Parts: sequence; structure tokens; C-alpha cells
Amino acid sequence: MLSLHRDWDDIMEKEDHQQGEEQEVKICDSSSETLATSLSLLGNHMFPDSVQRNDSSDSQLSDLAAAVEPCLKSEPSDHVTRRENEGPENGVPTQPADTEPEDADVENEQSDSGDFVAEMLAKAKLEEQGIGLKGRSSPLLEAGNDESPALMSHRDEDVTAESWRQHRKHVFVLSEAGKPIYSRYGSEEALSSTMGVMMALVSFVQSGDNVIRSVYSDGHTVVFLQKGPLVLVCVSSSRQSEQQLRGELLYVYYQIISMLTQASISRIFEHKKNYDLRRLLAGSEKILDGLLNLVDSDPSFLLAAVHCLPLTCSLRDSLSQILQKAITPNLVFSILIAKNQLLTIVQEKTVIEDTRLEPADVHLLLNLIGASSAFQAGEIWTPICLPLFNPDCYFYAYISYLDPPDCTVCLLLLSTDKEAFYAVAECKRKIEEAMVTQKSLSLIAKAQSYSVSQVGVSDLRHFMYKPFDVPDHYRQLSQFTSPEMEAPYSSEEEKMRLLDLYRYMHSRIHSTSRPLKLIYHVAERETLLAWVTSKFELYTCFSPLVTKACAITAITKLLRWIKKEEDRLFIRYPAKYSTTPNPSKSSRGAKSDQQDSTDNGFLSLL
Amino acid sequence: MGEPFLRVTAETQDHDASRRRPVQTLRVKMVLLGSSGVGKSSLALRFGKDQFRSTSPTVGCAYLTRMVHLSDVSLRFEIWDTAGQETYHSVTPLYYRGAHTALLVYDISRRETFVRAQLWLKELEKQYIPGSTVIWLIGNKGDLSEDRQVTEQEGRILADERNLFFTETSALSGDQVTELLLMIAHRVNEHMGAQQGGLSEWRGTSCVDLHQNNNIKPFNTCCKM
Repeated sequence: MLSLHRDWDDIMEKEDHQQGEEQEVKICDSSSETLATSLSLLGNHMFPDSVQRNDSSDSQLSDLAAAVEPCLKSEPSDHVTRRENEGPENGVPTQPADTEPEDADVENEQSDSGDFVAEMLAKAKLEEQGIGLKGRSSPLLEAGNDESPALMSHRDEDVTAESWRQHRKHVFVLSEAGKPIYSRYGSEEALSSTMGVMMALVSFVQSGDNVIRSVYSDGHTVVFLQKGPLVLVCVSSSRQSEQQLRGELLYVYYQIISMLTQASISRIFEHKKNYDLRRLLAGSEKILDGLLNLVDSDPSFLLAAVHCLPLTCSLRDSLSQILQKAITPNLVFSILIAKNQLLTIVQEKTVIEDTRLEPADVHLLLNLIGASSAFQAGEIWTPICLPLFNPDCYFYAYISYLDPPDCTVCLLLLSTDKEAFYAVAECKRKIEEAMVTQKSLSLIAKAQSYSVSQVGVSDLRHFMYKPFDVPDHYRQLSQFTSPEMEAPYSSEEEKMRLLDLYRYMHSRIHSTSRPLKLIYHVAERETLLAWVTSKFELYTCFSPLVTKACAITAITKLLRWIKKEEDRLFIRYPAKYSTTPNPSKSSRGAKSDQQDSTDNGFLSLL
Repeated sequence: MGEPFLRVTAETQDHDASRRRPVQTLRVKMVLLGSSGVGKSSLALRFGKDQFRSTSPTVGCAYLTRMVHLSDVSLRFEIWDTAGQETYHSVTPLYYRGAHTALLVYDISRRETFVRAQLWLKELEKQYIPGSTVIWLIGNKGDLSEDRQVTEQEGRILADERNLFFTETSALSGDQVTELLLMIAHRVNEHMGAQQGGLSEWRGTSCVDLHQNNNIKPFNTCCKM
């Protein structure tokens, strides 16, 4: 796997070589050693091991700079607005250290940019002292709550410990002013100088009209994502592609947006550049932690599709009908979830015609449910923004479990009216009642994810199938289906290993420089085949002894099986309802925050 | 529907009351305010289910109900347990608007939460004519008295100055929690129960009823097209 990875890098480098040369000059000109110093400072903190490893091999760099082999991928700033999925390969890899060997001597340190970095670091240091670990002076700073040990175990980690560095994937969020906002492990205060260095890197490259995208070191990939006034950084040793890591950072950004909205974040930082956003996010770290754990363990994020619980068509239809009947003005989406998988989703008619719910928004909602205390409180009413639907407005989400105390079946109702709690709660009672009469809960309880053995193909261990052509419904939510992970993938480590293999296959398929349609990959302990066509995307995992011919026959059988089971595996015909007002009996138009009485509430969100 | 309830009166008395006229059930909107981590959700859980579980920060607002039976009336407490996090402060007024009783909760082992409670009080006072809402100052986490940063005296003085009721509780041990709910029920009943239109009557979960209750806000009617 390692060698393959290298090959891939080689290819990229060859392909981008020509463009690369122009860029190199641009970056290296100013003072590559300053950059190298910053990188090495970052490197010293994040992965000191590589210092030892690289010291002897790389004589061209100063000792410090050797800590991280600086291989900057950057691109001209006018390309920054390029779509996310075009990926890093468009960026131009440059290797300042190789082409312009220089020593990080004292004179160069005093160049403008050198001063800048030094200043950044000094600032970071000051902040660290000012804030300290315990001294939370402001009573308004709500950070005090993270002292509760049960909740915040990762927050208390010693950031200088080896174990901290060993984490597979770090994620940091900071503001443009270099203020720490979130760290997946360890407290943000303790990391403020590290984050200062990160910001210095971003600003430094920015000052040359460029954008830093990633840094590759021996065992780590550092990926940067700048979104408005926020900078998100991922330091990963997971061997995922830069594109995938950037996708994950984007999820983190979306989760923050879902709590605060993009508009309010921009507004806050317009008013006060060095605002401490943790004031607003304090207590919500758990939601971000939960998201990152899900991203690592749930392939839905990788595939950008939602996972449905297999249900007989008739049961799914009857559930949809129950939801369709329990409506109230301004209700936009009714979603039923069990075991973190979708049972059914019903949408307001007008919405489905104009736009659709994106998988990413559904993922954020599922994560929110996991993080909320709905299981004990009974009912939750909370504002939430669906960033892909509209990043600037709030929906109001009603969350309640239908089967206390087991709490496996969860109802989520989204309204555009913040006053609608009682009306929406009434919808839940109707749904509850209907489900009792139809005995739906016991039927749902019987529904299970399926075993790969049901497909009846020997040697097939696992698969993920994402269709592109859900018939009739062009705007249908992207879905995928996948069996339970069974032996040999029952332990957490093995599950993760299989997911990593899938991630690798996915990165090859979706490589922007050299996309592939079909990959047959013989790994150490299994054989994988990934195949993408205009109709579907398929990842399969076979026992290691399978032959190519066998695998292809198996896939034909698998596709036939999926076709046969389609109605059970996917939500085929999304149900709609209409809450379009019947003016005589509606209480709409009486909402304080909606001026236009002709609008349906959600129209203002479009 | 299986709501836990408190019964403070002897059975016979209750029967007497119901023989004279059916016992009214009145809706009481209660809101819990305070910094995050002071134990609002734990108190609410004690009120609602008499349980204690360590909770995670509340997302948005949690809603619970609890029936309290007094001698002449039953009160259906609709408890709005708000998130202490600032993320949600923009929407908190939504929850405390129209509340009959507001509980300002602080943690006796963290002084900043006591300061914060006073800011909440200012915020509340902006919205209310004094006396129209029963405001209760609550020093929670009485079980952490060895780490105490706010003395009982301080709490009491603040409460007296601002005309609030005051109690120290422990949601963890359940100390004073039931007593608190009963006291609140009595006060709310005294202050608003007798008042014309002070409390609206609760008539079960019929849909129409709830809609009507929901729509009688004067604000809504004046803006209606």
C-alpha cells in the first residue's frame, strides 16, 4: 500500500511538473527558510519523531527545517474559489528546499516575513501566558463548563505528551486572527502557540498572493482549509488523500455553521477581528468531537450518501403515510431514524420541487441527535442551520424518541417557525398514536441491517453500493447500501482497517489528476474491487484468494441481487406533503419574524 | 400520560374538593436559566423523573412536563430547560417569554455562575413587570459544599434585595428538589392562580385546544393578515 501511494505521488509530480516550476520561484523567492522554520516549529510540536528520521538524510536544510520536509502544495490565489472536489492535484507541488538550498541563518530571519512569523509566535506565547490553563477570569466566558471531567476527557490531555502526538487525526479550528477555536484533542488554550504557527503559515503564503493547501511530511499530511474568517487544519497520519481530508474539514466547518449560521459568523468577525468564538461554541465541542468520530467510522461521509435501514416496501410506505398525515403549517421535513439510519423522510411538496435535502445536511442532523440529550429529556426544540440548504438561516428542529426508554426510534421534525413548538409536538403525538395502532414500533424493531451472506456469493466479505440512478426522482437524496461488517471485520481495529482500504480505493477512483473507473487491488489480507459507472459506484471486498474472473462473476451476481432487493434497501419514492396554507384555518402569517405573509416560511430560506 | 405527580393533600380532602367542583388543571410555564454546567438539566430531570444522570450540554432547549397536585388545583408544569451555552442565547428569549416562573440557577462552587445569574436577572427584568413572574434564585450543587465559592448568605442577600425567592439544592442528591417544586407550585398558584387569566387551563392533548392556546397571544392576532 505504501509503495502504491508513492507511485501515485510520482505520477502527480510528473504531471504537474511544468506548472510547478513557475510556482516554485514565487514561493521560494521571499524566504523559504522562514517558511521552513515555521513548518519545523509546527513539526516539532506535532511530530517530533520525524526530526530524528530526517536529520541525517536531508543535509540541504537546517536542522530545524528538516523536521518537516516542506513540500508545499499551493496555487495562485485566483484559483481559490475553485470547487472543492477539484481537489489538491490542481495545486502545484513545489519543493523550495530542494531547489533553493539555503541555511536558516540569522540574517534571513530578520526579513519582513521573518519578523512577521516571530511576531505571530510571540503573540501566541503571550496569549498562552495570559489565558493560562485555569485562569478563566471573565464570568461571561462560558468555557468554565469544560471542567466537568466526564465530558471533556480529551480536553484535559497533556499536549506535550507523546500520546497526544500519536493521535491518528488532529483537527484544529482557528480564527483568522490566530485565536484558537477548537482542537479535537487537548485544550485550545494549551495549543494557542501551535495554532499561532499554523496561522503564520497561512498568512505567510497568503502574503505572496497564494493559498496554502497542504504540507506533506514523512508520516503526516497537514491540510488547510480556509472558509471565511475561519481556518481549519487537519494533521493526519491516516494516509487518506488530501481531497478526503479537506472534505472532512468541510464537514467540521458545516457543523459549526449549523450551530451559528454563516451570516452570523461573518458578522461577528466583521465587527471584531479577534473575537473569541469559543464563547459561542463552548459546550458544543462534544458535537464536533462526535462528528469527527463519525467521520472516521461511518462510510456515509466518504460516499456523501445516506444509509437507510432495509425495510419492506409496505412498512416504509406506511411510515411515510403516518408522517404525511401529521403535519402543521411551516413543517418542512419529517424524518424518522432508527439505529442511526434513515427509515423514511417526508418533505414539504414545494421544497422537493425547488431544492433537496443534501446528504451532508442529513449527516449533521444525525450527529446532532446523537449529541443531544433527547433520550432523557423527552423533547428537544433547537435552532439548527442546514448549511447546504441555506447557510444563513435557522430551521427549528424538534427531536424526540418514540420508544422510551429504549430510545432507538427517533423522530425529527423541522419547521421554519420558531414559535411552532406546541404545534409540532402535537404532530409527534399524532405520529405516536398512529404508530401504536399500526404496531409500527415492533415492526421497526425487527428491521435489521443485513448480512452479506444473504447475497449468496462466496468469497464476498463486504461491499458498499451507491446508485446514481434512483428512477423517476432526479432530486432524490443520495443513498448507499452496505451489509453489516462481519468477521473478520468485527473488531474495531479491523473495521477501521477495511474502511481505510475503502478510503484508499475511493481516493484512487476520485483522483482528479488520474481518475480511474475500475480498480482491482490485491491487499495483504483481502482483495478489493472498486468500480464506478454512470449508474453506480461500488466497492467490494473479497477474501484474498479470489481470482479476477471470480470477482467479476461475483459482482454480476451482487448487482443482480441489489436490483432484486432495491425496494427494500432504498427509499425509492420519497413521500411529499403539502402544508400550503388553507388561509381560512391557518394561523400562519402571524409570525413575528416573517414580514411577507404570502411566503410559506421555507421560501425565505431558499 | 403517565406523568409523575406529587400529591400533597390527604386523599379525603382531595375527594371533597372534587365533589364540590372538578379540579382544574392549569398550565404553568417554567423556564430554567443560568450558565452552562450549573445543573439546569439535572434539576429538570429531578423535577420530571426524579432521576439523576450526568448529562451532556443541552442542545437548544429541552421540554418536560410534570403534574403537581395542590389541594384545590392541579398544576401542569411545562418545563423549558434552556441551554446555558451562548450559542443559543439568541433564541433563549423565545423560551422565557410568557413564563410564569423562572428559575435562575447557579453553581455554588463557581462564583462566575453567580455573577452570570445576576446578568440573567437583568435580562429578565427588562421583559417583565415585577410581580408577574415568580423568579426563584437557586444555588445548585449543594453537595459540593467543600468547594463552595458562594455562601448561602450571599445568595439570600441578593434574593432579598431583588425580591426573589431563594433555595439551595442538590440535583445530585435530590436534596430540597421536591420541596422546591412544591414551594414554586404554591407561590405560582397564589400569585397567578386566582388572578383572572393568570394561568390558562389545560385540557388534555386535544389538537384544537392546543392550537387555540397557542394563538391567543395578543401579538399574533395584531399581526394577522
